[in-house]
Amino acid sequence: MSCHEKQRTNEKQRSKERQAKKEGQAKKQKKHLNVACIGNPNCGKTTLFNALTGSKLKVANWPGVTVERVEGETGYEDTGITLIDTPGIYSLTCYTIEEKVTRQCAMDDGIDAIINVVDASSLERNLYLTLQLLELGKPMVLALNMIDVVKERGMEIDMHRLPEMLGDIPVVPVSAAKRTGLDILLHALIHHCEEGMEEYVLDYPREIEEKIAALGVRMQTHYPSHSSVRWHAIKLLEDDEEVKREHPISEVSIVDRSYEKEIIQCKYSYIEKVMGETLFYKSKKAASTDKIDRILTHPFWGIPVFLLIMCLVFFLTFTVGDALKGVFETGLDAFSGAAAVLLERLGAAGWLQSLIVEGIIAGVGGILTFIPNIFILFLALAMLEDSGYMARVAYVMDSVMGKVGLSGKAFLPMILGFGCTVPAIMATRALETEHDRRKTMLVTPFMSCSARLPIYVLLSDMFFPKAAALTAFSMYVVGMVIAILAALGVNRLEKGKENDSLLIELPEYKRPNARTIRIYVWNKLKDYLSKAGTTIFVASILIWFVLNFGTAGMVENPADSFGAVLGRILVPVLAPAGLGMWQIGVALLSGISAKEVVVSSFAVLFGVANANSDAGMAAIVQNIHSLNPAFGPLNAYCLMLFCLLYVPCVATVATVKKESGSWKFTMKMIAFQLILAWAVSTLVFQIGSVFV
Amino acid sequence: MTLYEAKKGGSYCIESLYVEPSITRRLQALGLNDGTIVNILNRKKRGALIVRVRGTRLALGKHISSSIEIREVCREGMAEPGEETENELS
Repeated sequence: MSCHEKQRTNEKQRSKERQAKKEGQAKKQKKHLNVACIGNPNCGKTTLFNALTGSKLKVANWPGVTVERVEGETGYEDTGITLIDTPGIYSLTCYTIEEKVTRQCAMDDGIDAIINVVDASSLERNLYLTLQLLELGKPMVLALNMIDVVKERGMEIDMHRLPEMLGDIPVVPVSAAKRTGLDILLHALIHHCEEGMEEYVLDYPREIEEKIAALGVRMQTHYPSHSSVRWHAIKLLEDDEEVKREHPISEVSIVDRSYEKEIIQCKYSYIEKVMGETLFYKSKKAASTDKIDRILTHPFWGIPVFLLIMCLVFFLTFTVGDALKGVFETGLDAFSGAAAVLLERLGAAGWLQSLIVEGIIAGVGGILTFIPNIFILFLALAMLEDSGYMARVAYVMDSVMGKVGLSGKAFLPMILGFGCTVPAIMATRALETEHDRRKTMLVTPFMSCSARLPIYVLLSDMFFPKAAALTAFSMYVVGMVIAILAALGVNRLEKGKENDSLLIELPEYKRPNARTIRIYVWNKLKDYLSKAGTTIFVASILIWFVLNFGTAGMVENPADSFGAVLGRILVPVLAPAGLGMWQIGVALLSGISAKEVVVSSFAVLFGVANANSDAGMAAIVQNIHSLNPAFGPLNAYCLMLFCLLYVPCVATVATVKKESGSWKFTMKMIAFQLILAWAVSTLVFQIGSVFV
Repeated sequence: MTLYEAKKGGSYCIESLYVEPSITRRLQALGLNDGTIVNILNRKKRGALIVRVRGTRLALGKHISSSIEIREVCREGMAEPGEETENELS
């Protein structure tokens, strides 16, 4: 097989025309380019995008972080650039939802140019996509990312020979993380767009070339204005369904079989040639990744090590978070006191004072005191995601997940669920089949998200003062076990088989990047704060209203309020689970808006300004006991279980609806969660009551 | 033999892929073609394994690994840095 490059002369004509057109446009208006960042998963597209546009998108070190296209603005000298970040792909032949987004973007006629982001430290695999993109014939610049890592590993790339072998496209070494080479990249991009692209041709064996030519002729008669005829011809030879559907031509007489294998092999043997001529090893360094992997992916110790790491994450969340919360408590107490005094002096009406101090400050402020816990949790998750361990978890958990009919890859959205269920549900887009997606969506809400953390912290501190961290941690374990059991149950019902078709790339380990961690944690904290300012704020006012008003107008005793009426309907249902108090009914109902609201409503219900302080907790416990003397640790534990398992927040439900595209599935999920929450907490309460 | 039967630390040459077309396409795009050399970095007794191929690491489930036909190649010159197996040649 002889594969070598050559430029077509008849292309020169076309490129001149294109150039003339561009110049004409430039005179009319300020220049503007739409540029797509395309590359393999985990090669640093989003890092580069952030660096160029000043955006703060989430970045992490595992394949599949970005699942949708995002636009951002940047510019260089007098050219405005709209940059588009895309999910990573290995090839332009795509399967999963997020990959199709990228393919569409690459072929979109509105895209003027492509920045092909390449991980220079694994150039060989990355160049396969590069060769495919070159065949598209769009102006393209190669951003040789992670060039600093290459140097560290003792490798050298021949920067003179590499572009020569890739049809003379500009090749710019950059480090998106260290922000070097970015100006050169933009300059090269604009310059290259002005010059126009000369179609680059990788020569295939004669048999295939003849067919490409024949198909090309046919394409041109059918679609005279088509811009990437050669690429389409090649895709037709690869038997690409989508190309056949979008641009039907009578290709059957030419394409007698799929030539995909030959075409791929031809590309890879050309890449091997490129590697031979451009990549040099100065010194072979032992990769530390392999050493770390010997422990972290150990056949036996892999799972215990993973559990230990998660244990550490939650232990830090509870202990360090609790140690820090004192500051927030003092602040909140002072604020609440000052607000009360101020309102008194201003002569505000009684109801207004009540609304502000007992409604809003108690409801929203109570939630803000959990910021230290949330901060530590997200810090730990950010480190985990940026280290490169995530993909290993997919490998380590593959045997467990396989038994319940899911690939180890399905465990990644589940881990994200420890942070927030909404992005976790979106992350299921990277899974191969719709069936796996739905199953993962069904079980992901059982992973305790950060919004449930305040409930666990509050209840375990109140009722299990001696083993608070352990009690809260047990919720995480129970959630994981139930998620896996639920998947197993579904698998049995479907008579599904074991799933053992894991396929995931394991990136190199790296030290977490400070900027990446900062962006990650700040984004999450911002979400938390904005939720406190919107959903929780509104929910607190609503709760205050339903608890302070009844049919007779404003009521003194909450037992006469609308809330009590509503809550009492739920009492008979919740009683077998040990939760037969109308206050709990109200708290659980309101918790559907956001799980933190369960805590807010406790604060409002029991008139406690700061639920997370020692005094506040004592007041709540005292209140609960005066209402129901039998309410003890077992009831509290059942309440936590119920909160863990019942309907996730409205945001999650909306996301599930959007991602599954089915109300039926969403409703089934809600019913399942309600029944499960009731069944589990009832079972635990009834069995527990025998012993307590 | 298939990749599933491969030993940890061994180097093998891929002979052919016998798996559903969609997965075959994926594997080929990842550079697992006929004649490609793979090194087994780690494996579970019955289950997934980690291979090094074209400078990257891939984790492959049993279904995929047992559909990849391979043959053993001489380890000489293939030894990965930092690897210590019983039959290290050096």
